[in-house]
Amino acid sequence: MCTTISAKYPIAGSAKGPAGWFSLDHVYVAYDHPFHVDEEHAVGIDFVREQAGTGHRVAVELTIDDARDLAHRILATLEEAEAFETS
Amino acid sequence: MPTTDQYQGMIAETVAVPTATADAIYAYYARPTGPGPFPGIVLFHHRPGWDEWYHEITRRFAHHGYATICPDLFFRFGHGDPDDVAAKARAEGGVPDDMVVEDGRACLDFLRGQPTSTGHVAVMGTCSGGRHAYLAACNLDVDACIDCWGGRVIHGPDDTDEITPIAPIDMTADLSAPLLGLFGEDDRNPSPDQVAQHEEVLRRHGKEYEFHMYPDAGHGFFYYDKPSNYRAEQSNDGWAKIWDFLARTIG
Repeated sequence: MCTTISAKYPIAGSAKGPAGWFSLDHVYVAYDHPFHVDEEHAVGIDFVREQAGTGHRVAVELTIDDARDLAHRILATLEEAEAFETS
Repeated sequence: MPTTDQYQGMIAETVAVPTATADAIYAYYARPTGPGPFPGIVLFHHRPGWDEWYHEITRRFAHHGYATICPDLFFRFGHGDPDDVAAKARAEGGVPDDMVVEDGRACLDFLRGQPTSTGHVAVMGTCSGGRHAYLAACNLDVDACIDCWGGRVIHGPDDTDEITPIAPIDMTADLSAPLLGLFGEDDRNPSPDQVAQHEEVLRRHGKEYEFHMYPDAGHGFFYYDKPSNYRAEQSNDGWAKIWDFLARTIG
């Protein structure tokens, strides 16, 4: 099924693709048919620089469980980072 | 299909087809060689994009004697690797229905305008392409329609927006051609209930159709490049039904 679960958000930062590092302007987050991972649906996270064209994209596809685990790990890292920054 | 002692040939290449928006849409066009005439097929690609699978089945239809064109419906989102373009299209909510219909019209006109055309053209798609094929068949003059597991023919509560303003099911009265539908019993969009609702609407409007619901198959059971989706037996049967349907409707 096509889920239509998809959104894009502005973001700042950098990503590294096959051609090297590039600055980001958006991130896409979706749950829909994946392009590579062998699942009917997957969480797709695309780090992109839209201003530079469709090729400036670093893509990740994860199962729901792995995406949730990653989200928790990111939040845990953020807590440590914020503690470090305020110490 | 030619016999083993008959010549077989095909031309398959990218062509540029003028569209209603004045852009030229790139399309992969595969046709048998020779004067024909040949019936035609417009293929609407699926949500993962104008990808290798769709280029392969374009050639498959040409191998079976059909002049087949598959437009890049996502070209207005940019050019690049097909999945990079499809990811952008996904993030933007997909291609508007009215644009799909007009791009379909442009490709229909292209096929019918060829000196090798019989004038008979079918539309076909899988996944969102199945929905788009049904949309095309309700809005354009086509001779046959093949809808493979097209989801959102019936809209859910959040499916109606500026990109998809009208549920295709609500256009059924204007369906202009015989319809073949192939679906998997384990699919959730469309679910077996939604397929049954679709059938009821077709019957109510007195439309010519045949639907086939495959057990032990879900969404995308033709996709031999996706082991989790692919179901060989069901796919082989589905393709046999496609060839039979096309022979009866467009020759």
